[in-house]
Amino acid sequence: MAKIIVITSGKGGVGKTTTSASFATGLALKGYKTVVIDFDVGLRNLDLLMGCERRVVYDFVNVINKEANLNQALIRDKRSDKLHILPASQTRDKDALTVEGVEEVLNELKLSFDYIVCDSPAGIEHGAFMAMYFADEAIVVSNPEISSVRDSDRILGLLSSKTKRAVEGLEPVKEHLLLTRYSPERVEKGEMLSVDDVKDILSLSLLGVIPDSQDVLTASNQGIPVIMNNDSDAALAYNDSVDRFLGDDVPIRFTNTRKRSFLGKLFGRK
Amino acid sequence: MDLFKYFRSKRKSVDVAKERLSILIARDRIQMGQPSFLPMLQKELLEVIQKYVDIDSKDFSLALDTENDCEVLEINVVLPEKATDKM
Ligand SMILES: Nc1ncnc2c1ncn2[C@@H]1O[C@H](COP(=O)(O)OP(=O)(O)OP(=O)(O)O)[C@@H](O)[C@H]1O
Ligand SMILES: [Mg+2]
Repeated sequence: MAKIIVITSGKGGVGKTTTSASFATGLALKGYKTVVIDFDVGLRNLDLLMGCERRVVYDFVNVINKEANLNQALIRDKRSDKLHILPASQTRDKDALTVEGVEEVLNELKLSFDYIVCDSPAGIEHGAFMAMYFADEAIVVSNPEISSVRDSDRILGLLSSKTKRAVEGLEPVKEHLLLTRYSPERVEKGEMLSVDDVKDILSLSLLGVIPDSQDVLTASNQGIPVIMNNDSDAALAYNDSVDRFLGDDVPIRFTNTRKRSFLGKLFGRK
Repeated sequence: MDLFKYFRSKRKSVDVAKERLSILIARDRIQMGQPSFLPMLQKELLEVIQKYVDIDSKDFSLALDTENDCEVLEINVVLPEKATDKM
């Protein structure tokens, strides 16, 4: 049975699209047929992070409006034949997404995919609502910073009251916390909320911690999801998160500062 | 150099953040669960009471609670020492 996963946050710019690209790629690399949908109509970015922007002909809204069929709009990833991308429209506004239209597309995708990853726009308006409405599981992306954590809590409230599962009294949406842009150095200095602080406040099961890393920007410059960069801590952390999502018990890493030797401390850089 | 000042541990900004966040989220959660008419109801009820008794808005509170399976609307009015008859 296909599973619908929404990547959401409330606050903008916390790493939803970065996570959607890497998570979907990770699932595909594990052998699952995966499609990742850009719900950010009007501000599409997922195609850029996936490096397929020049192959976009039709988009999600074209399919909803029956101007194209699903096969015409789906883009096959160049790196994995298990992975497809359904881009957002850059020109329409978010109201082009209707509950019925989205449901019809998702139902069709369910027939041929194992996982449907929905990259939500920021905010708690119509677009974000459409991205979460049909979700079976939700990955709430948060940065260790007060406004982001507060917005995550708002989103959790919506997931438990406004989604199809909530409205129809089905089993609730399964919620996971993914903490991104984490800097162990700043946590140690008492400048940044720690994993445990955020976990306590949101009381949510932790799917992973992604370190703040320059590799993320490099990856997006190149249009290659960061999870493909085997030398990067961020990639390894995304990989662990995918494993945990699939049920493996993997310990959290990259949350401690690298220990420096005594001499290193004496003479080391700040 | 003030050695005492140097050693007195400065309150870390993250502790301030944690405290503010806990309070904020507790308040958000209460407001989220409330029906949207509650603030309006509170305002209008206060106005009605103020027509008859001289009270301040801080002496009036309204809360929605669940007890067992019942929703209870709790209204608290603190009357002044000598309630002046406005009529
Ligand atoms: N782990 C990380 N380390 C460093 N930079 C990161 C990390 N994750 C994301 N970023 C950077 O943060 C910025 C926002 O990322 P992204 O576009 O994925 O966020 P978003 O939540 O999808 O934003 P929006 O709300 O606008 O859709 C980008 O510049 C990205 O490179
Ligand atoms: Mg985005």
